[in-house]
Amino acid sequence: MSVSGSNPRALPWALVTPALAWTCAFFVLPFIAMGFSSLTGHEGGGFTLANYSQFFTDPSYWRAMVNSLEVTAIVTVISILLAYPFAWILAEMVPERWQRLALMLAVLPFWTSYVVRSYSWLLVLAQNGVINRALTGIGLIGEPLQLANTRFATVTGFVHFFVMLLTLTIFANLKQLSPSYRKAAADLGAGPVRTFLHVVLPLTLPGIMVGAFLTFVLCIGDYITPQILGGNNELVMPQLVMLQIGRRGDFPLASALSIILMAVVTIAYLACARWLKIERA
Amino acid sequence: MRAAVRLAAWLYAIAVYGFIFLPVVVLVLFSLQATSFPIPPFTGPSLRWYQAVLSDARLTSALVNSLMVAVLSSLASVTLGFLSAWGFARFVLPGSALLRGLITLPLTVSYLIIGMGLLVLFNWAGVPKSLLAAGIGHVVINLPLCFAIIYSQMGDHQINIERAGRDLGAAEWKVLLLITVPVMAPAIFAGFFLSMTFSWDEFVISFLLTRFETTLPVEIWNLLRSGLNPKTNAVGSLVFAVSIVLVVFFELTLLRRKPA
Repeated sequence: MSVSGSNPRALPWALVTPALAWTCAFFVLPFIAMGFSSLTGHEGGGFTLANYSQFFTDPSYWRAMVNSLEVTAIVTVISILLAYPFAWILAEMVPERWQRLALMLAVLPFWTSYVVRSYSWLLVLAQNGVINRALTGIGLIGEPLQLANTRFATVTGFVHFFVMLLTLTIFANLKQLSPSYRKAAADLGAGPVRTFLHVVLPLTLPGIMVGAFLTFVLCIGDYITPQILGGNNELVMPQLVMLQIGRRGDFPLASALSIILMAVVTIAYLACARWLKIERA
Repeated sequence: MRAAVRLAAWLYAIAVYGFIFLPVVVLVLFSLQATSFPIPPFTGPSLRWYQAVLSDARLTSALVNSLMVAVLSSLASVTLGFLSAWGFARFVLPGSALLRGLITLPLTVSYLIIGMGLLVLFNWAGVPKSLLAAGIGHVVINLPLCFAIIYSQMGDHQINIERAGRDLGAAEWKVLLLITVPVMAPAIFAGFFLSMTFSWDEFVISFLLTRFETTLPVEIWNLLRSGLNPKTNAVGSLVFAVSIVLVVFFELTLLRRKPA
């Protein structure tokens, strides 16, 4: 107490330094270490750009990035298209006093463990899983469909997660919208469809963009869902990174691939940020 | 026409609820399977797989490890986050915006890359893989979260209460402990709770940074190697139950606070 009294300038720094030191030691420093590592060879040795050039010249590595971007784009679009009407129904059609419960139910599976959630989809989609048994049971198909270990399975697992996430954000967005906008549109003679297209949708668009960006970031960096549901038929970037560490212990290449993945996310962020600003203007 | 649209909307909502609940229902249902495969037809109900989980020493010790890492890393995150939020909210510091940006920066980076970075650093520095290493990683991802939540809740209202305390002669540490902490309790609690759930569920950092002793998500991941197995269903259902209890507890305590 007397310490802070005698030197009032020391107190604020004493408060913020631990957090800053932690971030520097365990976030910034690892990053620098990863940067250095990515510029060395697998067997040690001096400076080399081989890890980066390997990514840009080896088509199978390129393929993983393309897969990542494709899966992420598909997931983001489908999740928004599914979640928006759902959030709208919850916000507009469900009676006020049931809304909290309806929303809580809609995101309840969110609280299952992430690994377990992907595994649960495996139970549903497996060769002898629920869907195939049901479809063969009613005689719709003769042979079980190959649903697991496909891109379809990866996308399904992701969409399940992000529909819940986006329902939350879009619902919050719709509730923040003042009802007077809609009343004004109705007074000016717009029907429900025109009101939605020209008033509600544009006003919720910034919120959708934030949700879409969140989906993009979480989806492109995820290892669990593609590994459990997509299997090894079609690799995405995080799987490629983990493969370098797991099978080959190639830290430098894994570092380079991580940095490339991060660069892509950063570019997406910059693109998204600019787009959002245009929306606000 | 109107009625048809309404009906379509309700059917749509039911379909989405069905999609959201399908995997969870299948998971829990087949955790009660009596035979060895969690696939139709349902042969239960039986609790044999729950028994198998509870008598599996690897799973139970992983559960204890997970709880320990979650509680300790969340305590560290919320302490560091609270102190720095207080420092930045109450005092004018040079380069404040930049430093605040630095603290929140890890929020924008995927867990995989944070884990990779720590793996490379620890590998280079000769730090062995351990629960401690994973816990350090969990503080990296949860500290920015706690900081952001607590910092955003520190308004002028709280400053005035603190000033009153100081005017009445309270020392700085008394202001902190007797005024700021109680006033900020909801935000601190929210930060701690969110950190707990994120740490409890975190997989990739623990996977990269632990070896022999590990956390529950990693141990569940190891179970997946044996393919579809009702034991995995049982442990998954148990984890789900724990999370639901936490969420309901959180909801109730928040709801109770509201009228006050």
